[in-house]
Amino acid sequence: MKILITGISGTLARGVAYRLVRRGHEVIGIDRRPWPDVPEGVEMHQVDIRKRPAEDVFRISRPDALIHMATVTHFTTDTEERYRINLGGTRKLFEYCHEYGVKQAVFVGRHTVYGATPDSPLYHTEDEPPLAGAAFKELADLVAADLYAGSALWRWPELNTAVLRLCYFLGPSHGGTLAGFLSKNRVPLVLGFDPLYQLMHEWDAEEAITLAVEKQLRGVFNVAGPSPVPLTTVCEATGRRAVPIPEPLYPAVLGRFGFPYLPDDAIVHVKYPIVIDNKAFVEATGFEPRYSAKQTMEGFRWN
Amino acid sequence: MSFLDDPQVRRNVNRLPIEFDDYGFDRFGLSKKTLTRAYSPMAYLYRHYLKVTAFGLENVPAEGRGLIIANHSGGLGADAAMILTSLLLNDEAPRLGQGMAEYFLTRSPFARPALRKLGHLTGLPEHGEQLLNDERLLMVFPEGARGAGKLYKDRYKLVRFGTGFMRLALKTGAPIIPCAFIGGEESFPQLFHIKWLAKLVNGPFVPVAPQLIFFPLPVACQVYYGPPMHFEGDGSEPDHVIQQYVEEVRHAMERLISTGLDARPRSFMFDRMPDPEKERTP
Repeated sequence: MKILITGISGTLARGVAYRLVRRGHEVIGIDRRPWPDVPEGVEMHQVDIRKRPAEDVFRISRPDALIHMATVTHFTTDTEERYRINLGGTRKLFEYCHEYGVKQAVFVGRHTVYGATPDSPLYHTEDEPPLAGAAFKELADLVAADLYAGSALWRWPELNTAVLRLCYFLGPSHGGTLAGFLSKNRVPLVLGFDPLYQLMHEWDAEEAITLAVEKQLRGVFNVAGPSPVPLTTVCEATGRRAVPIPEPLYPAVLGRFGFPYLPDDAIVHVKYPIVIDNKAFVEATGFEPRYSAKQTMEGFRWN
Repeated sequence: MSFLDDPQVRRNVNRLPIEFDDYGFDRFGLSKKTLTRAYSPMAYLYRHYLKVTAFGLENVPAEGRGLIIANHSGGLGADAAMILTSLLLNDEAPRLGQGMAEYFLTRSPFARPALRKLGHLTGLPEHGEQLLNDERLLMVFPEGARGAGKLYKDRYKLVRFGTGFMRLALKTGAPIIPCAFIGGEESFPQLFHIKWLAKLVNGPFVPVAPQLIFFPLPVACQVYYGPPMHFEGDGSEPDHVIQQYVEEVRHAMERLISTGLDARPRSFMFDRMPDPEKERTP
């Protein structure tokens, strides 16, 4: 298969590219960031997904499948730019898919779109509405992108669309949202709260995305690995110091005193859990995580 | 492991038919360590203070899903605590009862993680379904807070039942085990409620008992489990069918309660009620 990966220079996307090449697929990559030591078998285009040259890649190369991983979070990009990339970019890519006869599109989203609220049930299923935007406005664009990608299912039924809602991942690349939260040695907790965190190994996440393309998934799927663990256990197992902070002081310490920076709204994710049910994905792909939560976290500690 | 841990509690926690991960948590965040720690003092109260005797524990399934449907007795939650302890201390087949917690508790700091570690999730129908589908034992008080706030003059009279538990049982195909708790109303006889204080603290009610503190008197309590009840259906039945099923459960509970009340030599009984079954076996 000829597979186009957008946002290929991201840590997770690189891993997916390696995997696909190893399994004999032809991989084309688009990213505005460079990938200096791009491996053999990957054709790299350093262009912006919203610009004309990106469309040229579709027109000339005619990929069979798209893995869309060019979405950004508040950690790297300001609001306006985020909306342009996450929403404008996603829209453009799906239009190109339709126009240039792509058969399979995989949108790699996040499980955080469900949002963390005190009264929501554990184990979110795919039929629940993603509510993250309400309490955490920095996620509103990702929620919209997720829903927009899902709308391709009725907009262009001939295109096999899969929307993956991936839980947190940890791995040797130290990339991803959770790794960012654990990047300093001190992790700010909210006093009196200890939510469950669902995480999987980076390599399992790469494998899940690869499987989604190969199995030609269609629909919305939660992707998760081992069962969740409390945040204090995450800190302990990864060798970080959990520092409980009274809620009113929480925004004041972020980005100071050796704590990582987070937007103010992110506090809900440190108080309440987001846990997803991955049954549908496992049934559709036979996915089985290779690494337990313990192996994942301890591996992250020692590299 | 701590020297305060009760050996029977520790042993039975290890025998629970629940899968725990490398860190001693199950998939809902239940903690083995916290269970042992919290049930150890409960086991002490169970044996020596409230001197609880449990009858009919063989009616509780040794494994697999089930709903324990019980009456509220006494406004302190001693009823729930002692029912849960009787299930865990059952050496034949220890089980963990999991309750459905009040919303205002799961929104509060400290209470939320503590309840989660003990297996009591927010009282959402989705949680009930998830737990039952995971072959757990759910403890439900269908009278709700109305029943917990019963005054002493209305003791052992069941108030109106909710019907959510029946739909849950039908939907998940779980058996219902009727349960009666006797003695709670004497250990904490609620004379009246302070309404303005309840409003102030945003709680359901603030009861006043003769002992004036929020702690039960050492009245001997009993727990009775009735035979499991199975109902036909899938939970989509019309209200009148559900209501009829609920009435059946209610009658079973009323029978258990009157059996329990008749068996007591007197209501304010301060020594343990003998268990004829246990007396016979050496």
